[in-house]
Amino acid sequence: MTTSIMIVGVGGQGTLLTSKLLGDVLAAQGYDVKLSEVHGMSQRGGSVVTYVKYGDKVYSPIVDQGEADYILSFEILESARWISYLKVGGVLLTNSQKIWPMPVITGAMAYPEGILEKLSAMAEVQAVDALKLAKQAGSPMAVNVVLIGLLSKRMDIPEEAWLKAIEETVPPKFVELNKRAFRLGREA
Amino acid sequence: MKKLMLGNQAVARGLYEAGCRFVSSYPGTPSTEITEAAATYDEVYAEWAPNEKVAAESAVGASLAGARSFCAMKHVGFNVAADPLFTASYTGVNGGLVVCVADDPGMHSSQNEQDSRHYAIAAKLPMVEPSDSRECRDFVKAAYEISERFDTPAVLRTCTRVAHSQCLVELHEREERALKPYERNPQKYVAAPANSIKRHIEVEKRMEALRAFAETTGLNRVEMGDTAIGFVTSGTCYLYVKEVFPEASVLKLGLVNPLPVKLIADFAAKVDRLIVVEELDGVIEAHMREHGIRVDGGKDLFGYLGELSQNKLRKALGAALPAFKAYDETVPGRPPAMCPGCPHRGLFTVLSKLKLTVLGDIGCYTLGSGAPLNAVDSVLCMGASIGMVHGYTKMLGEEAAQHTVAVIGDSTFMHSGITGVVNLVYNRSIATVLVLDNSITGMTGHQQNPTTGLTLQNEPTYPIKIEDVCRAAGIQRVRVVDPQDMAATEAAIKEEIAADAASVIIVRRPCQMLEYVEVKPALFIDPDKCKGCRSCMKIGCPAIFFVDKKASIEPTLCVGCGLCEQMCKFGAFEGGAAK
Repeated sequence: MTTSIMIVGVGGQGTLLTSKLLGDVLAAQGYDVKLSEVHGMSQRGGSVVTYVKYGDKVYSPIVDQGEADYILSFEILESARWISYLKVGGVLLTNSQKIWPMPVITGAMAYPEGILEKLSAMAEVQAVDALKLAKQAGSPMAVNVVLIGLLSKRMDIPEEAWLKAIEETVPPKFVELNKRAFRLGREA
Repeated sequence: MKKLMLGNQAVARGLYEAGCRFVSSYPGTPSTEITEAAATYDEVYAEWAPNEKVAAESAVGASLAGARSFCAMKHVGFNVAADPLFTASYTGVNGGLVVCVADDPGMHSSQNEQDSRHYAIAAKLPMVEPSDSRECRDFVKAAYEISERFDTPAVLRTCTRVAHSQCLVELHEREERALKPYERNPQKYVAAPANSIKRHIEVEKRMEALRAFAETTGLNRVEMGDTAIGFVTSGTCYLYVKEVFPEASVLKLGLVNPLPVKLIADFAAKVDRLIVVEELDGVIEAHMREHGIRVDGGKDLFGYLGELSQNKLRKALGAALPAFKAYDETVPGRPPAMCPGCPHRGLFTVLSKLKLTVLGDIGCYTLGSGAPLNAVDSVLCMGASIGMVHGYTKMLGEEAAQHTVAVIGDSTFMHSGITGVVNLVYNRSIATVLVLDNSITGMTGHQQNPTTGLTLQNEPTYPIKIEDVCRAAGIQRVRVVDPQDMAATEAAIKEEIAADAASVIIVRRPCQMLEYVEVKPALFIDPDKCKGCRSCMKIGCPAIFFVDKKASIEPTLCVGCGLCEQMCKFGAFEGGAAK
């Protein structure tokens, strides 16, 4: 039995750190784990996707349409873009933040209205204002750890395992801030 | 101990464990992290070369000196390195020599999706293809054994999904390898006709021996299961097959050049329906057809484009697709864009304003081709901008030269721009070249290069100055501008395109993402002064957007560069850099 998680967002939001932290937590729990990410061009403010899969034995590192148990989304438009990858019965966990893509900035297209309402009619959705919670924790840069907290609540892994991974991943002076961010996400 | 490792990190681990001593590469997605990870092992000497050809030649030299040697490149990098490697196939090796080539099916970060397996066939080099990180480590070791046993460079082929996926790898100890003594042997190492004629005979004998090896090596593996359907596959495609058809019989090929014949024919005889699953070209399929082995499905099912995936397999073979719901409205695309504060933005705003023909090159500044700047006419390959501006202006004459520039980055200039500049001087060109010097190799994730004054290990070295190189090559008109000052940049470009001699403008400002570059306080816009004219939107900054017909700045994205302020005629911008 393999569980598939997709992490989607905008280049620069820290999705790669999120998948690394998640991968470390899952590996420490004794699962077979595979992560797949894309580096290079798309990281420059483009739409970015990372896959995390775990179970007894994982073959393919990628997640296809209709296969994700969870989508963890850093931006609401990206939730709409990738929702077709969610399994029927899967859960979308999304940041409600909006980041305008270039076609909207240039005025070529409008940022769609009512995305959250539409998505909520399609699947189980939990939306949080991760930017607000990150600022509350002490830094707008902690959006990714807020979202890890949000995901952690859905998974059968003890809180200590997550906190330990945070300690091992982030620089010492940011550990407390990130733990606060994690808890705010977990309690959201 | 097991560790989550990128395929690229696992390749580096394999190098370490195999006793490799020398690594030289040029960065290229998706291969870059191999060399960065190799540099973390004290026992391995690692460096960035100015291009893949120099990297490969350096590795050949280190092999001649008796060291297990290595270089890595992306698929198009192999085009650059092909010259030495095709002939190194004839000379063979002293210490083992492994070359990694990372293909990019789906073109996540590349200008084409060429299939590197053709190179292995054309250069008559053995090629191994791992499926995941653990195999990356193991196959590096196998490749060294093949290299030394068969006296040949060996090629390790990965792809984006292998290079940039992580899985658990058990770490082993390093096996130290003493340098194999160099013995002078001109008949082997001097590739002159009289010697090469004899060496070619050796190459063909070697391929014969490798074909026999392919039938028995553990790199190729039969996994018998349900015989109703059997798959012949390799690399990442093997993983897709196992995920979708876990019960089926599979022949997994780890040695993809040369391919076995009898092993495949025997497997074919045991299954009712034989399907070949491979990304990009039908190399395995063509081999099977050449040897009269039945293929019941291959490229006719999967095509030649992009990556495969679980659903592509399901669809091609009539298996049920998982149900899903798609968003029922068009979602605006999110193409990559220059970062806020990017030094290229000022230059491309000027080029866009002047409506010049811009022959571009490979790097972050390729993004100058996107809306709203739309400032780039062509991008071909590393270094092509300078050769192209020469041919273009020669054919269209002085009038066209006054409306045309080449644009090339600092690292790309060092990679293969210099010979283009020599050509401009030699052949009396009047073209204008802009070298965008952001003091780093940007797009691949901040690697040092010969202009930065730092090595791969961030140790100081002589910083080669682009202006010195251009002057030494004979360019009489060389000048430096700061793209942040758009008025000065515009004036410099106008002067140089009007000049009747070849000129180089070095457009210099460090990448905003470098740690030493200051992030200034965010600007903000006085809504009473903003007239909603959208002038500031012409620069395509991700930090500026429009609300209620007025421009607004997202403070978490703005780095206070002040470029937008230079666009505003109404003084609506407050705070930040320029105040």
